[in-house]
Formats: sequence, structure tokens, C-alpha cells
Amino acid sequence: MPALLPCAMVEMRGLGAHSSPGPDANKVKRQSDYLHDSTAWRGLAGEHKVGRRHVLRLLGLGVLSVVPLPVLPSLLRAALSQGKVQARGPAARTPDGRIRQWAMVIDLRFCDGCQSVGKPPQCTAACIEGHFAPEPMEWVEVFEGELPGGGTQFLPTPCQQCQNPPCVNVCPVAATFSTPEGTVLIDQNRCIGCRICMAACPYDRRFFNWGTAPTPPESHLIGYSPEHQVPTQRGTVMKCDFCPDMARTGTLPYCVQGCPNHAIYYGDLEEDIASNGDQVIVPSRFLSVNQAYHLKEDLGTKPRVYYIAGHGEAVGRDVFKRDRLPTEWPWAERVKGAKTWKR
Amino acid sequence: METLGHDASGFRARGSFDAGEQPGGDRLERLIQTALAPVTGTSRGYYLWVAFLLMVIAWGIYAYSRQLQDGLIVTGMRDRISWGLYITTFVFFIGISHAGTLISAILRVSQARWRTPVTRMAEFITAVALICGALFVIIDMGRPDRVLNIILYGRWQSPIVWDVLAITTYLTASIAYLFLPMIPDLALFRDRLAGRAAAWRTWLYGLLAVRWQGTGAQWRSMGAAITTAMILIIPIAVSVHTVVSWIFAMTLREPWNSTIFGAFFVAGAIFSGIATLIIVMAILRKVYHLEEYITEKHFVYLGYLMAAFTLIMMYGNVSEYLTTGYKMTEETEFHFRQLFLEQFAGFYWFYIVGGLVVPGLLVLLPWTRNIWGVVVAAILVDAAMWVERYFIVVAGFRVPLMPYEPSTYAPSWVELSVVAAGFALFALLITLFVKVFPIIAVWEVAEDLEGVEITPAAGRLAPELAGGGGS
Repeated sequence: MPALLPCAMVEMRGLGAHSSPGPDANKVKRQSDYLHDSTAWRGLAGEHKVGRRHVLRLLGLGVLSVVPLPVLPSLLRAALSQGKVQARGPAARTPDGRIRQWAMVIDLRFCDGCQSVGKPPQCTAACIEGHFAPEPMEWVEVFEGELPGGGTQFLPTPCQQCQNPPCVNVCPVAATFSTPEGTVLIDQNRCIGCRICMAACPYDRRFFNWGTAPTPPESHLIGYSPEHQVPTQRGTVMKCDFCPDMARTGTLPYCVQGCPNHAIYYGDLEEDIASNGDQVIVPSRFLSVNQAYHLKEDLGTKPRVYYIAGHGEAVGRDVFKRDRLPTEWPWAERVKGAKTWKR
Repeated sequence: METLGHDASGFRARGSFDAGEQPGGDRLERLIQTALAPVTGTSRGYYLWVAFLLMVIAWGIYAYSRQLQDGLIVTGMRDRISWGLYITTFVFFIGISHAGTLISAILRVSQARWRTPVTRMAEFITAVALICGALFVIIDMGRPDRVLNIILYGRWQSPIVWDVLAITTYLTASIAYLFLPMIPDLALFRDRLAGRAAAWRTWLYGLLAVRWQGTGAQWRSMGAAITTAMILIIPIAVSVHTVVSWIFAMTLREPWNSTIFGAFFVAGAIFSGIATLIIVMAILRKVYHLEEYITEKHFVYLGYLMAAFTLIMMYGNVSEYLTTGYKMTEETEFHFRQLFLEQFAGFYWFYIVGGLVVPGLLVLLPWTRNIWGVVVAAILVDAAMWVERYFIVVAGFRVPLMPYEPSTYAPSWVELSVVAAGFALFALLITLFVKVFPIIAVWEVAEDLEGVEITPAAGRLAPELAGGGGS
């Protein structure tokens, strides 16, 4: 364009005095008219005629550009050769082929926050040891709640495994997802660390790897799966995974095994059977006769964790005896110097 | 026969300006020279300013590199308050992006003539603020290396995906909306600076002027395009800040569980957008001597708009807090206590008094209804709106969900540095933009000149405005 400038400069012709009359004159007049009126350009827009062929071509191009949109993500995925990310075992089934629906019942009548054994809560300790859950993550955390009539109750709180999970609803990349067994898992290989699931979870059950979490070296021997979140990945979210991998092999979750008072039952709602490692119960009956409830029932999250009201009375806890011992991480000594953080 | 218009008409016309034949010619020439001034001359102060901004940005990049190296542990955020300064700043930037496009589009749709010298700057702010805002989402991510997962595995159900869609759409639309009315001015720059400016400038203006010759067909096409864009952009802008608020409102946290959130955020966005526009306008006016075009009238009119929004914001506060406070659930009580009396009381009352009451009075009282009064009001409003975003995010997170001790949040030096760098980047982009592109919509302002004073000469002047010369 710049090359053309000199010749344009030579060819001087203003709008006021046309040196070349002819068919052009009309056009110019219209243009200048329109320029006189400062708002005319807006009105003129409608007059502009667009040929049919032009419109058809535009339409065609538009359609062509929209058609590949649905397949674009899969193309991109193939291009980046991101394989199967959400690796997890096949869903467990009952003998007659129905998918098992994992559930947990926590009988608060038997929970004294491990005050009687003089140790930090043993469900939390067992979970940390089994999962190498890094400090300060207590995937099953024992809260001490005030009772309305005075005194306190201990409240072991794993991920509630909601059937209407607020965290899954908001995740932008399906890194957290519901499984056919009714659990909610996180794929740390996909998580982008936006933490909107932590904003969404009404039970405070999600934990972020703010730094590189200190875990013992043996934790690196285990292969990663969303059902066994080891080794940890910085910048991703973690939580209780409900141990479905153990349940499939007929083993109870670590927290159930760890509880000295057998306060936690784990089982399958489909076959209607659950155990605390000591007794076997029929959940449908047990939950009804003991008036089981959910945490924050009114939110409609439909958890798979049921509670039986109580404050440790069955194991002789005084309702006014406060405080549990703080949780410890068994490898704290071995991985000294590693940077931990507070919740 | 669009060829007719484009040869030399402009140069002829320009000749007549130089001779000062037309009474309007002087004014027009002065307007053009004012528009060209930032591009043709650069002062030492400018380099110092750019150097200062680059230093702040470099420090922010260093801080961010520490964050990449060690993880988000270097920030003050933790599990229970898991968003902080970054998300605050993101919401704030997306908010001030409403300065531009929305304000300029609304004024254009309502055909408010006084808007013309102001629109271009407003549209700059939009594009720049959106870029800075989007950056803060990525800065906040735990795994920025996986940002593409949002496209690869995006779920329509997630408010984050709505946000990504809305913001990218808005950015595209506002760049188009910035560019369209700039074409005639770019053509003017192309013609006026040909041979006088660096080669890259000649090339850039030539490219961006898209062979604008100021023909009738071109004016008509541009008019149609602007009309379409300005109508489309208003719902897009509204949708953007609505979905930003839904990142919060789609969760089960008590302080965010509000139906008014979308509308409240949009109002706050426009409010802080007007304030930012006033500040940027005041600075550019001073630095580039735009006193003739940006007058007290513009400040006072925008001030009135801002004052109207202080009332809307106050109404929003009453509506929000009275409806929840009347019922006063346990969580609401906790939230009110921390907001009105305890941890966040300083922030909250600064926002109410310093950000809504005082600016409203500054604009409405006759003694302060001048440029200084309005600018001070705008600075207060912007500070208060940033603070409002801060306590919405942090106080919202602080309400305990389970029986645990409420957490605290204090931003670390890394967060403060990165946020400072974000604001420096905002200033830098505007500074550089002003150096390359016309800061005043020359042809739109000139339309007013013609219309009012120099109508007879318009036929000669207009093609010049349209960059009707060479190429």
C-alpha cells in the first residue's frame, strides 16, 4: 500500500471540484451527502444490498465452521494422546450381578474421640497410615460438636459420598466424578487445581496439596489410581476415597479397622449388608430402628454416610469431657525438614 | 465505483487545512494533531514510567516463579480459605472491564453525543482489563500446565466453563468493538504518518486500516457492523459478570447463596468500570493535553452516572443483608458479626462510607462537583470496590462449615507482588496502547465539530477524517 501513495498524491482531486465527471459523480455526491449528516451512516446501513449468492456462501461457510465443533475435543485429545485417565477397578457386584452401593454408618453412641484409649482418633490414624495421607490432611476428621443442651459429641467425618455431589457438579474438567458404586473419586492426573470443588463442598472434606506433601518413601512403591491417591501431586485436590478397592477384595476400610470401639460400619446397600469388623448388620433395618440421619440433610446432597445420634454414651463417655488428642503423622520424624502447612 | 473516493481527495482537503482556509479547518487540524501527538513524540517521563512498570512486573514474575517452583504453599491461602487475593483481583478486573464496552455501547445506543471523546479510552480499558483478569485465573490455578484440560474435558455444568466461554466471547467481542470504530482513525494515521514514522508503524496502520478509503460503501458497512456490535455486546457484558458471580453463588456457602448475586455483581462492575474510566481519562487528559476535548462536562456526566450507581449499590446492600438478616440463621449471624463488627468491619464500613456515601456526596454537592471532586470520588470507588470483592471472597470462605475454629487469611508477599504486577501490567498495556493507537475517536469527535460549526465545509473535511487519502 505505501508504494501506491506517491501516485495517489499526484492525482489530486477534491470532492468540491470534480475533475472527472461521469458515472462517478453520483456516487461521490451520495457519499458526501452522507458525510454531511453525522448520523446518516447509521440509517444507510439498512440499504446496503447483499447478493443472494453472497448470503449462501456465508451460510455455507458458517455451517462448515460449526460442524467440526463437537468432534474437536476428541480430535485434540487424540492429538495429545491423553490415554485413559480415570483408571479404576471394575465396579463390584453382588453374586446376582447387581452393582454394589457402598455406604457407611457411623454410630456416634460408640464414638468417644478415642478419649478412653488415650490416643488421637484411631480411625484418622489408620486412614493416614493406610493411605499415606499427607500432613495436615485428615480425610476422616473427628470434629467435636456442641450439643444443644450442653456438652459435646465427637463426629468422625469422612467424605460424605453424596449422590447429588456439589463438588462433582462444579468441576470444570470432570476430574472429580461419581462412580457406579455411588462413591465420588478424584483423578489427580486431570485436576487443574482451581479449587472450586473446595468452595462447593459443604462438609469441608476436600484437601489441597498446597506444597509438596511430605510422605514416606514407601508410598512411592504403590501405583496411582483415583482409588488409591498415592503418590500425592502438588497443586491437586485430595479426599477420602471410601476404599472401594479394598472393599472389592473383602477388606474393610482402614478407618473401620482402626476404630477400637467398632463405631463405624461399612457395607453394601444393594445386598443390604454391612459390618464394623465385629458384627454384621442389615443396614435397612439398622438405620431405621436407630433413626439414622445425614449431616446437613436439608442441603439435599444425599450422602452415603449415615449417622446414629449419640455422644459416646455406649462406651461410657461423659458428655462434658471435652477435647480429643491432636492427630499425628507417623512419618513426621522420618521426613524431617519437609515443609508442611496448616489447614 | 468505490475507486473514485480513494485517490487523492484527502490530500487536497489536507492542503486546504494547511492553508487555514476553512474556519473549521483549524479545529479539525488541531484535533488531528492532538490525536497524533502521543504517537509522534515521546517524553523522557514516558520512558521512566514504562521502566518503573516493567520493574514492578519483573518483580511479580519473580514472585510467580517462586510460586511455580514451590506450589501455592507460598501464598496465604489454605484449605479453609482457599481463594484470596488472586480471585479478588480477577473479579475486580473483570468488573472494570465493564467500563468500556458496556458504557460506550450504552451511550452509543442511547445516542449520547457527549460520549465521543471518551469511548475509545473506555474500550481500551475493557480489552486490557479482560486480559489482566483472565491472567489471574491462571495464576490462581494449582496446575497451570493443565489449563488446556478445560477445553479437552470441559463440562457444560461447571460455572468455571461458563466463565471461560463468557470471558473469551466478551474479549473477542470487545476487541472487535474497539477495532471497528477505529478503522477510519487508523486510516488517518496510515496516511498522516506515511514516511514520517517507523516502518513497523506504517506497516501496522496499513494492515489495520483494512484498505479504508472512506467510500460510501465502507461507511455503510462499518455503520452496520458497529450497530450490530453495540447491540450484541450489551447482553454479552451482562452475562460475563453474572457468570463470574455464579462461581460463588452456585455453591452451598451461606454468604454466597443469594439470588441477587448476578445483578449485584453486574451493578458493581459497571460502578467500578465508570470509576476506572474517570481515573484513566483524567490521567490521559493531563498527560496528552486533551483538555479541549475532555472537559469538565465529561467528568461531571460520568460522575452523575457513578452517583446513580452508588444508590443502586446501596439498594443492593439493603436488599441482600436485610432479607438474610431478618431470618438470621446461625451462619448468617456469624457472617454479619465478622462483616459488620469484627474481622472485616474496617473493610465493610470503608466500602459503605468511603465507597458509596462519600463519592455520592462529592459528585452531588455543588462545591465538589468539578474534575477534582469527581476524580477523588472515582479513586475512592475503585478502592472500595476492590475491597468489596475481597471481603465477598474471603469472608464468604471464612464462615465455618463444620465445628472447627474459623480460619484466618493473610496474603503473602508473593500474592501481593503478583497482584501489584497485575495492576502494573494493566497500566503498561494502556500506556503502550496509547502510543500506538488513536486515543480519541477522531472521526466521531469531528462529526460533532462539523455538525455544530463547520457544516459547509463538511464535504471537504469528512474524507480527510475518513483517511480518504492514498494507498
